[in-house]
Amino acid sequence: MALTTAPNPTPPARETVRASAKSRRPGRTRHGEGLAGYVFLSPWLLGLMAVTAIPMLLSLYLSFTNYDILTDLSDVEWVGLANYERMFTADPSYWHAVQVTLSFGLIAVPLKLAAALGVALLLNRAWRGVGLFRGLFYLPSLLGGSVALAIVWVSMFNRDGAFNSFLSLFGIEGKPWVNDPDWSLETLMVLAIWQFGAPMVIFLAGLKQVPTELYEAAAVDGANKLRQFLNITLPMLSPVIFFNLVLETINGFQGFTAAFVLSNGTGGPVDSTLMYTLNLYITGFTELEMGYASAMAWVFLVAIALITVVFFSTGRFWVHYSDGDGN
Amino acid sequence: MVAQTPTLPRPGATATAARRRRSGAGRQAIRLLILVAILAVVLYPLFWMLGTSFKSQEEIVNNIGLFPREFTPGNFTDGWTNFDVNFGRFFFNSALVSLLTVVGNGVSCLLAAYAFARLRFRLRGLWFAVMIGTLLLPGHVLIVPQYILFQKTGMVGAAWPYLPLVLPQFLATEAFFVFLMVQFMRGIPRELDEAAKIDGASSYGIFRHVILPLSRPALVTTAIFSFIWTWNDFFRQLVYLSDLEDYTVPVALTLFIDSTSQSAVGPMFAMSLLSLLPVFLFFIAFQRMLVEGINTSGLKG
Repeated sequence: MALTTAPNPTPPARETVRASAKSRRPGRTRHGEGLAGYVFLSPWLLGLMAVTAIPMLLSLYLSFTNYDILTDLSDVEWVGLANYERMFTADPSYWHAVQVTLSFGLIAVPLKLAAALGVALLLNRAWRGVGLFRGLFYLPSLLGGSVALAIVWVSMFNRDGAFNSFLSLFGIEGKPWVNDPDWSLETLMVLAIWQFGAPMVIFLAGLKQVPTELYEAAAVDGANKLRQFLNITLPMLSPVIFFNLVLETINGFQGFTAAFVLSNGTGGPVDSTLMYTLNLYITGFTELEMGYASAMAWVFLVAIALITVVFFSTGRFWVHYSDGDGN
Repeated sequence: MVAQTPTLPRPGATATAARRRRSGAGRQAIRLLILVAILAVVLYPLFWMLGTSFKSQEEIVNNIGLFPREFTPGNFTDGWTNFDVNFGRFFFNSALVSLLTVVGNGVSCLLAAYAFARLRFRLRGLWFAVMIGTLLLPGHVLIVPQYILFQKTGMVGAAWPYLPLVLPQFLATEAFFVFLMVQFMRGIPRELDEAAKIDGASSYGIFRHVILPLSRPALVTTAIFSFIWTWNDFFRQLVYLSDLEDYTVPVALTLFIDSTSQSAVGPMFAMSLLSLLPVFLFFIAFQRMLVEGINTSGLKG
């Protein structure tokens, strides 16, 4: 290629050329490949800069300003730590959002994973039709994140929705669940749990990796099903549980669509569905306090990073990696 | 007698085996029963949605059954034209954004993945680590500064307002797909590269004639999931689209919630149902791939 013999190598490749001055040919191929590497990587690098790195830095800067989209970027006023101070000391709705998000994540995610594991265990046998079951259980994971399904969900838990009709069959009088601040978040949790198919599929893949000899040996030793589950399935599955837990927790904390649809973008009733990202959206795009919203975003980022670190550092104590395993 | 003795344990043994087999079958039946019960609960909302889409306004309130007594397809025509701009436009907009995302992700992620999986260049390890880092980066965190940058460069609310939605997709910003493709390419035998190299192929030639054709499965997976995720995406489309005629389906659907009048429930359900149809068709067509493809990709390798 013409590029490989270009007389003026681009800066990243210069050292390679100098180092290989003694043996020209291998040097030339390596130089060529290095350049090709950056050619192929260039869209990604551009994206990294323009869509990720620069916005992150801009966001960090803006979090120390009172920027709103209406003023010019050159006219922003530096307010120091005021945004962070406000967030931590003077904004009850912020803490409310944190609380809503945490309770959503801490309740919905374990239940979702429990449902996923339970159904996966039931499906973990080869028999005719198992594929169909697997597919149908997975379907909600494909549809559940959409506005359309959130709309259906809200209608279902309305005063005259399907859920109350169902309850009325047993003579129980329902309530307008989605309009009740004590229950609105719970309906969103149920929607999240309903989408247990995605982690279920991952559990199924994990279950396939557990050697059947272990169960046979345990059966010979007289271990019952419960013991086998506790002493074989759970430890062998722990890397997959860990993977699902990290993924679902991070996703769970970012829930937005359903909360937006349920509350028509307000986080209501009485802020009961004010998820963190919804609060961020309202602050940044409804109230146009983009400086403050940037501060919220950075705290969120640090929190997610911390949670991930906590997961990985505690994982050592309960995640079992078997030696020579294919994973 | 002598001959009978050895046969004595036999009937007992077969009885035990039969009992065990029967209890195995019984257990299987119970398992199936539980699964069907769970499945009924899981699928109920979808059937309820289907039924309600064809119910008249009166029946939506009064008929608690799953199926409409009177078939009311009028919800679909009412919903289609419920707003000043009809749903055909919204569907077109959604399809446009989704298809462009498919193309953008496919091309740009494949290029980046090839660099990471096959080429040696300075700082590759660092860039790869950065890429994995962006995999965990919550997308919502960047929406404010991204919006500002797109707004300052005149891309928000432009005559063609979808640039902020699709431009990042042409820059391999979906790290997930880059990762997926890297994992896939690592499975392609290096001997093929070597052979092509001996035949005089450059890095570009190897990409074009070896990696690209062999990466088709990864490209198909990426395309399907790019489409479904973009079709369902709401947050970014909500942020960037402000004119009714530019709305995509999810954004348009939220207009039904604004108009809280009870009369719109049937049409709202009809349009919601219609909006899920493409995803559902993908599910029917690629069921196996969807279920087994992407979810477990993070585990392999």
